[in-house]
Amino acid sequence: MSGNHPGLSNNFSRSGEKFSWSKDNLRSIKNIISKYPKGREQSAVMPLLYLAQEQNNNWISIECIETIAETLNMPKIRVTEVASFYSMYNTRPVGENLVQICRTSPCWLRGSNKITKTICKETKCEINDTSDDNKFTVVEVECLGACSNGPMIQINNDFYEDLDEESTKKIIDNIKEGKPNVIGSQKGRRSSENA
Amino acid sequence: MLLVLKKAGEVQKMLNEKDKVFQNLHGFQEPFIEGALKRGSWSNTKEILSKDQNDIIELVKSSQLRGRGGAGFSTGLKWSFMPKNTGKQHYLVVNADESEPGTCKDREIIRNDPHTLVEGCLIASYAIQASKCYIYIRGEYHYEYVQLEKAIEEAYERGFIGKNACGIGFDFDLYVHRGAGAYICGEETALLESLEGKKGQPRLKPPFPAGVGLYGMPTTINNVESIAVVPTILRRGPDWFKSIGAENNTGTKIFCISGNVNKPCTIEEEMGIPLKELVEKHCDGVEGGWDNLKAIVPGGSSTPMLPKNICESVLMNFDDLKANGSGLGTAGVIVVNKNNDIAEVIERFAHFYKHESCGQCTPCREGTGWMHRMMQRLVRGEISPEQIELLENVTKQVEGHTICALGDAAAWPIQGLIKNFKSELISKYNKKLKAS
Repeated sequence: MSGNHPGLSNNFSRSGEKFSWSKDNLRSIKNIISKYPKGREQSAVMPLLYLAQEQNNNWISIECIETIAETLNMPKIRVTEVASFYSMYNTRPVGENLVQICRTSPCWLRGSNKITKTICKETKCEINDTSDDNKFTVVEVECLGACSNGPMIQINNDFYEDLDEESTKKIIDNIKEGKPNVIGSQKGRRSSENA
Repeated sequence: MLLVLKKAGEVQKMLNEKDKVFQNLHGFQEPFIEGALKRGSWSNTKEILSKDQNDIIELVKSSQLRGRGGAGFSTGLKWSFMPKNTGKQHYLVVNADESEPGTCKDREIIRNDPHTLVEGCLIASYAIQASKCYIYIRGEYHYEYVQLEKAIEEAYERGFIGKNACGIGFDFDLYVHRGAGAYICGEETALLESLEGKKGQPRLKPPFPAGVGLYGMPTTINNVESIAVVPTILRRGPDWFKSIGAENNTGTKIFCISGNVNKPCTIEEEMGIPLKELVEKHCDGVEGGWDNLKAIVPGGSSTPMLPKNICESVLMNFDDLKANGSGLGTAGVIVVNKNNDIAEVIERFAHFYKHESCGQCTPCREGTGWMHRMMQRLVRGEISPEQIELLENVTKQVEGHTICALGDAAAWPIQGLIKNFKSELISKYNKKLKAS
């Protein structure tokens, strides 16, 4: 079924702490709901799940779901359904850096297997694992839509493209050392031009 | 059209730079309003919108623009299905949920030339009497989402959209809605469900969205590229668009080439460019040379692969690819050379469809899982000739028996593999049998 990564599967859990919206998010929510017609507030469930995830250390707890249901006046099960259907909502805690490796054919043809091996080695994580220091969670995902720049990975919001083993190791090293990374092509391409 | 002499005696047509709709496809210029104005966006939008709505639809129809999202249906004709003067809220929904493996064209439009899309949204919405438009962008495209939001903000600031858009007395609001990682939401009715805040499971048709769409209102759903080319078509005229490509396969097209080529890239070219030329000219050829080519998937993962002999001469347009047993789809060209196991390429597609099936229809939910398990065994050389036939048979039981086309899309790549490489799959089995 379309849904969460195998390792981030649909066993929702409680964080044990009450989840209430931050002041900034309360403002954003008003703005988000105004995008949809009156009486259709349910449309805001996906953007609100994103907001909750961002506020809640990158995962959706049962408390988040309860708060969203209350905000949008929706049954909790409807929010849960949406949160479990879409793979980008993490239904369990993840590390500081969620590393998603594209495994689909276009990236695979250009060596995504080697990228996976390198990442597992450098982060000391198996696929679907979180590292002991909570710095990394590593998952394999389906096509991320940057096929002319494969192999590629996504770390949190950022795409890293045109990878090889060396550049992949460098990216992980930089994260470990708190150094910034160049986002996008690691071979100096602007986007997906022939170069 | 510019004629370039490549080698003595070999004449190649090449799309003139001036005929490219997306002047900033690769982001070397400023993507936002200053750059967009220089590239001609918004230059005479008011004049375009002074035409009657039906006239705009007729112009788009006469350009023979066919939808760029995969199905290749006439964009103008689709618009003409919208009811007129219903008094109801109409919607335009732009499908930017680009997730078909091999496809990364809308991404370049959105991040590097977003005003072509914003302007297209206004014109298309005006034509179908929709005062509201939603762009549904895939969740993973976070950077692209930020770029698009900025472009929309600029268009509001300049009065191009919003109340009394472009000063023509038409109120128009444009919103962006982010998806969250479900391929199925690229199916138009699943997309509408998702936009309504539900699981993205396709609806039964009829009713079609033009009658009962978003929130039950008349809705048109178009691909990003289809919408983004509209301003240029109306600016330069349908005859200009028709002068590129061939009858019913007109205009320019963005192709994304990935896999075993020396230089994978995304490029705007003439619709109907020969596949071989696309690979040789724009990607510096197949890794290991043309003779090292095994097969090419021409239009994203759902389209059946083409063996080398067809790749020699097939044209990259809707009709020629269809005539050769495949399709243009989203024009995501995936090249596979002989260094890779073609069966594993398809096994990975099968895994993709298994993961992305929404679970609503039994043949697809159960079939994609079963087909993937068979494909895994096939990769290992563990299925006999009879079982290969069984697999082919099952793909035909999934195909056409589901609400949406995901079942078909899961079946076709496997059918393509068996059709073109059956003997190879059988010898794989025999080899394994001997070894054990």
